[in-house]
Amino acid sequence: MFPFNFEWIWDMSHVVFMGGLWYALTILGIGLTYCIIKAAIDTIKGKDGHHH
Amino acid sequence: MDSALIPKGVKRCPLWQFALFIGAVGVVLAWGVYAMLLCWFKGLNQTNMNDYYGFALWIWADLAVIAIGGGAFFTGLCRYIFGKDELKSIINYAVLIGFICYSSALLILAIDIGQPLRGWFIFWHANVHSMLTEVAFCLTCYFGVLTIEYIPLLLENRQVDRVPFFHHLGHNMHEIMALFAATGAFLSFFHQGSLGGVAGVLFGRPFAFREGLYIWPWTFFLFTWSAAACGPCFTILVTKITEKATRKKLVKDNAIELLAKISGWMILTYSIAKTADTWYWATVTAPSKGLTWDFFYSNNPLYGKWILFTEIILCGFVPAFILVTKKGRKNVPALWIAVTLAVIGVSLNRWVMVLQVMAVPVMTFDYWAMYFPSWQEIATTILPVAYGVIMIAFSHRYLPVFPHEAELNPVEPLPSDEEQLAAAVEEMVDVEQELKPAEA
Repeated sequence: MFPFNFEWIWDMSHVVFMGGLWYALTILGIGLTYCIIKAAIDTIKGKDGHHH
Repeated sequence: MDSALIPKGVKRCPLWQFALFIGAVGVVLAWGVYAMLLCWFKGLNQTNMNDYYGFALWIWADLAVIAIGGGAFFTGLCRYIFGKDELKSIINYAVLIGFICYSSALLILAIDIGQPLRGWFIFWHANVHSMLTEVAFCLTCYFGVLTIEYIPLLLENRQVDRVPFFHHLGHNMHEIMALFAATGAFLSFFHQGSLGGVAGVLFGRPFAFREGLYIWPWTFFLFTWSAAACGPCFTILVTKITEKATRKKLVKDNAIELLAKISGWMILTYSIAKTADTWYWATVTAPSKGLTWDFFYSNNPLYGKWILFTEIILCGFVPAFILVTKKGRKNVPALWIAVTLAVIGVSLNRWVMVLQVMAVPVMTFDYWAMYFPSWQEIATTILPVAYGVIMIAFSHRYLPVFPHEAELNPVEPLPSDEEQLAAAVEEMVDVEQELKPAEA
């Protein structure tokens, strides 16, 4: 649910619940995107990686 | 035939033997899938749920797998946030077990909602006053975290790792794994807690109702605590079973001992807190509603007073005392007993907080409602077990799940290899003898 949906109400419950969901999804999305972009750059540069 | 996919330096059974095993477990899986399809196509009339038991075997199984899958978030927290490097030996397996548990939980929920095509309603038309909405959000996000934690393991497969992009991707994901682990711990804290909170806020069900802190009843904290305490025990138990099945040592002793020690202290403190909570509920909360505690325990086969003793003493304090002592942790049979009891204990706690809550009469015309699941419910509950066994079998065969396996189980060269090696060395010696000292 987003603020532009007809069910949305600007109250604490909606902001906390939905805000928490978007917050978690944003962290995961940014983290994953960073890894993918960096992997693409490393591959183009031919960088030698090693696993931990 | 599939040797190119098997990790280097480890030995696996022949492919035909592996295929036979997967086929046998696959039959059980197919049985579960058949029952699942019956529930989806014919509806929830395939179950024995009724007006008393709106939550039944599935919800118990759901809560139990989420609790025992808590080993993933807690082990990840200890490894990546608290820097316990000894756990490196077991962290991959903890993630795999967590992934299986949480995907199973989501699968069970997909069956339980009856109309899985409307599963997305909980996100789009969310009831923001429900603790179960929070559970659904956190559960889904945490499953995403576990998937992200499992992907690097897939990328480490020998053939996949040869592709430079996947190699770098796996490496980069390892680099920022602490971020994902911290997010996972945050999400786990809330969804484990909210599952307990659902029971604790039921003021119409005096067996479950608890006071608490602000909006969170004590059951909120007890559920998170018990999952963090007993989840690692399930990880140890599955590791030990895998070691027995493969007849190999897969994880270093110091990793098992550290995890067992942490788990032991967590179980001990949890058991003390649970005892205090039960005591307060029995002497203050229940009497304030005009009830005595023995009203909630009947002489029927399912919900006697024995269940309280079994949960708190036998499956709480006993494993805790075994695991907090060095002698107990190092003794293999004692370790087996302790981790098994802890897993039974947390599962029993979820049983009590879901099923017994439903069974206790709350109206004057009510009676102690008994329930026995239909075969479809049993089959769909066994389905995730078969799925888990297959996932573990494939992951163990083709992925480097146990980073110290090769070191702990050095592969002896085959006789033909030894002969070839000896011939090569002999040849080299001959060549060197023909050379002048400086050339040699």
